[in-house]
Amino acid sequence: MTILLIAEHNNSTLNDATAKALSAAQAMGGDIDILVAGNGCRAAADAAAKFAGVRKVLLAEAPHLDHQLAEEMTTLITSLMPGYGALIAPATATAKNFMPRVAALLDTPQISDIIAVEAPNRFKRPIYAGNAVQTVEAPDSMKLVVTVRTTAFAAASEGGTAPVEAITASASAGVSQFVSEEIHKSDRPDLTSARVVISGGRGMKSGEHFQILERVADKLGAAVGASRAAVDAGYVPNDYQVGQTGKIVAPELYIAVGISGAIQHLAGMKDSKVIVAINKDEGAPIFQVADYGLVADLFEALPELEAEL
Amino acid sequence: MRILVPVKRVVDFNVKIRVKPDGSGVDTDHVKMSMNPFDEIAVEEAIRLKEKGIASEVVALSVGPQKAQETLRTALAMGADRAILVKTDIAVEPLTVAKIIKSVAAEETPGIILLGKQAIDDDSNQTGQMLAALLGWSQGTFASKVEVATAENRVNVTREVDGGLQTLSLQLPAIITTDLRLNEPRYASLPNIMKAKKKPLAEIDPATLGIPLEPRIKILNTEEPAPRKAGQNVASVAELVAKLREAGVL
Ligand SMILES: Cc1cc2nc3c(=O)[nH]c(=O)nc-3n(C[C@H](O)[C@H](O)[C@H](O)COP(=O)(O)OP(=O)(O)OC[C@H]3O[C@@H](n4cnc5c(N)ncnc54)[C@H](O)[C@@H]3O)c2cc1C
Ligand SMILES: Nc1ncnc2c1ncn2[C@@H]1O[C@H](COP(=O)(O)O)[C@@H](O)[C@H]1O
Repeated sequence: MTILLIAEHNNSTLNDATAKALSAAQAMGGDIDILVAGNGCRAAADAAAKFAGVRKVLLAEAPHLDHQLAEEMTTLITSLMPGYGALIAPATATAKNFMPRVAALLDTPQISDIIAVEAPNRFKRPIYAGNAVQTVEAPDSMKLVVTVRTTAFAAASEGGTAPVEAITASASAGVSQFVSEEIHKSDRPDLTSARVVISGGRGMKSGEHFQILERVADKLGAAVGASRAAVDAGYVPNDYQVGQTGKIVAPELYIAVGISGAIQHLAGMKDSKVIVAINKDEGAPIFQVADYGLVADLFEALPELEAEL
Repeated sequence: MRILVPVKRVVDFNVKIRVKPDGSGVDTDHVKMSMNPFDEIAVEEAIRLKEKGIASEVVALSVGPQKAQETLRTALAMGADRAILVKTDIAVEPLTVAKIIKSVAAEETPGIILLGKQAIDDDSNQTGQMLAALLGWSQGTFASKVEVATAENRVNVTREVDGGLQTLSLQLPAIITTDLRLNEPRYASLPNIMKAKKKPLAEIDPATLGIPLEPRIKILNTEEPAPRKAGQNVASVAELVAKLREAGVL
């Protein structure tokens, strides 16, 4: 099988999610090409060429690919698919936007969010917020379209020197235009790849109080996350949300502060290696998944924690 | 402009589901079913567009069993004008749902189709994007703000993306899928629930659409996820830090 992997990048840097999806592609087996599509994204393509076990990197650059809008990505990827038996990408917001669009044009059902590769056409994937795991199989005759839950795969290793081949981008689909974006810059590690994540919930009671949590995060070199309730209340931006319908994280250490532990939140963090819960209600369901539970008022526990570290 | 809103009947988000011990699936007998929460947000947004005078009619559509009528009645009670049930007992794949919605859209000629971003049972996050592809329309997924500019025949959609927010300008007709922050869906009042019983609910036999319904992806097994081993409570922050150092994560 020949596999086309779509790289996740912001034109200048290649996102770690690419390396993890590459591991999943390698588990499926076969020749793997990586497509880096964007505008002024040669550096990301050069980074992708360094992975071991990649046949070649395809580089498509054009102004209309700048923001990797679904309509534009789909036209490009669909034009390449006659040469491939499988299409694979990490389940990021960008890829979740275009992958099903490609799948529909290929008349292929997509397999979303795989967590294991059992055979080239057989996968495991979570359903019902991770409360059940399905084993699914695609018929041999079908092209595969697969997105990868990156927390379930280790990053593929470097050590390769794949050729970078520039390809001509297809013409713009012209039905959608980028207007603006509000990207939250932070010096902290990325939520989905951080070694330590500390998240706050409704118990934080205000956006200002998140500063108490951020001071602990600074000591730990941690990323900061949140529950849906904290995002809905406007304490923190939407990209902080961890859960079934937010980001999926699996750090070495996850600290949940003032979060009750609804199934939708657990879905996003229960594969973390060590889970700590700080909550004043000893009956909170978060304690059922915590390795270490501290029943305490967070406004006392967090300053103490900052001092202890 | 007409707005079409596909809504799915799913296990209520508050239910802790049970996996059948024989691996054949998830037990959905005798559990509380509700409208997929993202679809409630889609219905709400459509009704608001009608209240603003932008939409002229809101049509809810569900692909599912006879009981999905209840879900459609909920949409009607919230304020949708009429509903369509494409009746099947088969658990159809997102691509098939997209094909069915496309064929209904050919009759209904909506200006916007508003879907949820994700059904909370299969967690696929596919149908809206697939439908946009099949229709050749623009798409604004994971929407947290929708502003229709009727005169320009465009809609601005602000989207929740991994790094924050992104705003797109889409040519109409368009597909929009909802994220959690788009709005807070209203509760249907008792009088509106009564009125909804009299609103039109049409049924379509999918056999008349000529779309194969059988899933192509085979589900070989459904199992519970591996359980986490039991944890322990600590008495103080000092003890917590000691334990974390012992575990090698600090
Ligand atoms: C379709 C859908 C999708 C969803 N997706 C997500 C998702 O992706 N992620 C997500 O997180 N949720 C999601 N939710 C929401 C989820 O169901 C819960 O409502 C949410 O996770 C609750 O957030 P919380 O734990 O912060 O708030 P609450 O449930 O209100 O819990 C607050 C906790 O803080 C504790 N507390 C209060 N004060 C203090 C104090 N001083 N010290 C210590 N503890 C304190 C309380 O004891 C309580 O346990 C979704 C829901 C739906 C319907
Ligand atoms: N059987 C169905 N009937 C009507 N709408 C559906 C159905 N399945 C999915 N949808 C719509 O598609 C959205 C995304 O579903 P999914 O792609 O399955 O995650 C849902 O939020 C609904 O708006």
